[in-house]
Amino acid sequence: MLEFRDIQVTRGDFTLHADLAVAAGERVAVIGASASGKSTLLSLVGGFLAPDRGRILWRGRDITDLPPGERPVSFLFQDQNLFPHLTVAQNIGLGLRPDLRLNEAQRTRVAQVIEEVGLKGLDQRRPANLSGGQQSRVALARVLLRARPVLLLDEPFAALGPALKSEMLDLLARIAAETGATVLMVTHDPRDAVAFAPQTILIDQGTAMPPAATGPLLDDPPPGLRAYLG
Amino acid sequence: MAAGLHALRPVAGGAAVAAGLAALILGTLAVVAWHAGGLSGLGPWDWRAVWFTIWQAVVSAALSAALAIPVARALARRRFPGRAALVTLLGAPFILPVIVAIMGLIAVFGRNGAINDALRTLGLPEFSIYGWQGVILAHVFFNLPLAVRLILQGWQAIPAERFRLAESLGFGPRDVARHLEWPMLRAVLPGVWLAVFLVCLTSFAVALTLGGGPSATTVELAIYQAFRFDFDLGRAAALGLVQIGLCVAAMALARWIAIPAAFGAGLDESRHARAPRGWRVGMDALAIALTTLALLWPILAVSMQGLPRIASLPPEVWTAALRSIVMALVSALLALLMCLTLALAIARGRAAWIEAAGMLPIIASPLVLGTGLFIVLRGWFSTDAMALPVTVMINAIMALPFGLRALIPAARTLRADYGRLADSLNMRGVSRLRYLTLPRLARPLGFAGGLAAALAMGDLGVITLFATDQPTLPLKLYQLMNSYRMADASACAVLLMAISFALFWMFDRGGRLA
Repeated sequence: MLEFRDIQVTRGDFTLHADLAVAAGERVAVIGASASGKSTLLSLVGGFLAPDRGRILWRGRDITDLPPGERPVSFLFQDQNLFPHLTVAQNIGLGLRPDLRLNEAQRTRVAQVIEEVGLKGLDQRRPANLSGGQQSRVALARVLLRARPVLLLDEPFAALGPALKSEMLDLLARIAAETGATVLMVTHDPRDAVAFAPQTILIDQGTAMPPAATGPLLDDPPPGLRAYLG
Repeated sequence: MAAGLHALRPVAGGAAVAAGLAALILGTLAVVAWHAGGLSGLGPWDWRAVWFTIWQAVVSAALSAALAIPVARALARRRFPGRAALVTLLGAPFILPVIVAIMGLIAVFGRNGAINDALRTLGLPEFSIYGWQGVILAHVFFNLPLAVRLILQGWQAIPAERFRLAESLGFGPRDVARHLEWPMLRAVLPGVWLAVFLVCLTSFAVALTLGGGPSATTVELAIYQAFRFDFDLGRAAALGLVQIGLCVAAMALARWIAIPAAFGAGLDESRHARAPRGWRVGMDALAIALTTLALLWPILAVSMQGLPRIASLPPEVWTAALRSIVMALVSALLALLMCLTLALAIARGRAAWIEAAGMLPIIASPLVLGTGLFIVLRGWFSTDAMALPVTVMINAIMALPFGLRALIPAARTLRADYGRLADSLNMRGVSRLRYLTLPRLARPLGFAGGLAAALAMGDLGVITLFATDQPTLPLKLYQLMNSYRMADASACAVLLMAISFALFWMFDRGGRLA
């Protein structure tokens, strides 16, 4: 279980409260108006932002003070998920060892995930020589390889076209199932939420609500969400 | 604070370097100030040096800025083959060893130079390059290109849409000048003037070789003379105190006048609207031709004299060259190490004092630092033992502001783009350096290293304080000049120039290829 215990964070005139829990293995969409704090919620879990008050726990363990790289978390950002000067294999291999000193078994594992996401033969390419969809696949391959129990997605596929995006969401769903990860996915598209996430966290007026079933929430939205959905 | 904890290590490294730097510079300045015991030891001769220093810097800066305007305008509004090469060439004087440029100016303007030959033929009085006029001539030679580049940036910062709008309103060249160009110049020129003024304020090698005497001695030169000829450390320190005061006062000016960055982007584009025709074409061509001539002639003249004699240079010149190369490389590596550590810490923000420490070298002139370090170290080391290490250290420190100017923006971008990704993948220490920092910062690092190496290679400053039997190449060149072995000195100048440019090219190229 991923718990936000009485979290409060203030930056300038922006404040976010969160006091909620997400069940392990759950897939949760995070929706809300722009600048409502969706990315802030993810940054708190990822370790890029320290709360002013409150604790964050994973399976009962307090992770509030852990540096980002030591958290049980994989993060897919909106962009810059790959290092442009490293090859596909290196970008993925970093997920196993930040110093890239891979042994034979680890190299085999890297080759496996490259194949699994459909990038066979492209392992020596650099990101600039890949399409947008292929770049997303590299980032997803690294997520698969790291197999961290919590996966945070900050609209990483926003720049892709609709067909490519749903392809990536399918791949993502497969990876999440394979690794049993708990997924928090920021999105501004209700269809993504319906397609991918049985549960949804709504952020409204500075407060992150506990997860609710996505379908009913979108069918009968509370006033703040209704205004946003239009 | 998770982020706070994680940020601790790189910032600690930067803080350590910054603290060391501040202690070294401020400590040395404090020693100088304490040793000076006030300014009462200074005589009328010394105050004349102070006056000359300010006066020549004011005039040199004003001349450089004024002469740069037509050249920058011509470069901004004309397109011609070789323009890019000329703009690059304008950056070259920065890494050209001062002593080499002086040899070039002597080859053209000296007693046996082409200019005086022509004057004699015409029956006109000769021009002497020795004295205040030579000092100012050399300063303009060095700083005109810098001023042109800075003003050119200002010109290209005017949006092309403005020129299009002006054109659509039927503006003539006069109207364009009045409504677009003069407002820009009013904003840019004070900064350009101040940048050149600062350089000329701590001028040493130029004054050493072309100046001297009661009417052309700068404070830096007076420090050298008090130190070397009179061995009057108290007076050297008092003069050092004056020099610190001058630098601090000039920096105080900089609080009101922003100094533009010398190595900004965008020197090569944004198409200018239709350039004026008619007599203005000839005027622009003349400005460009004269500038090119003024830059290349001295260098070509000294090269013609020197090239044939390189092979027959005495062995001690080659020894000095080797010594200088090693010193320049050590100096560049030291500078890079300090720059990188500081820039990474500064990019994390929240530590303004670290950035301030990195810019401290601007208020400390090399000769003042050299005098201070000598006073501190003389109890422990012989002059000979400290000469080369002190020179290497001071050269590394002097390169810092330039290196930081290249590295800080790059380090900020790196952090903004890939900091979170690297953190989330737990890349730290050596892994982060090897797979993220060094490959992403290779270009600015190569550029900064090249600057540091070339500046150290060509420096004729602090080393002159020490009567050493291990001269650097610039010092050897100065000694050859002083013993009137001008042919050997020219050859030595060609060698020094070649090595300086080669060092810069190697580092810069290395950074681009990495």
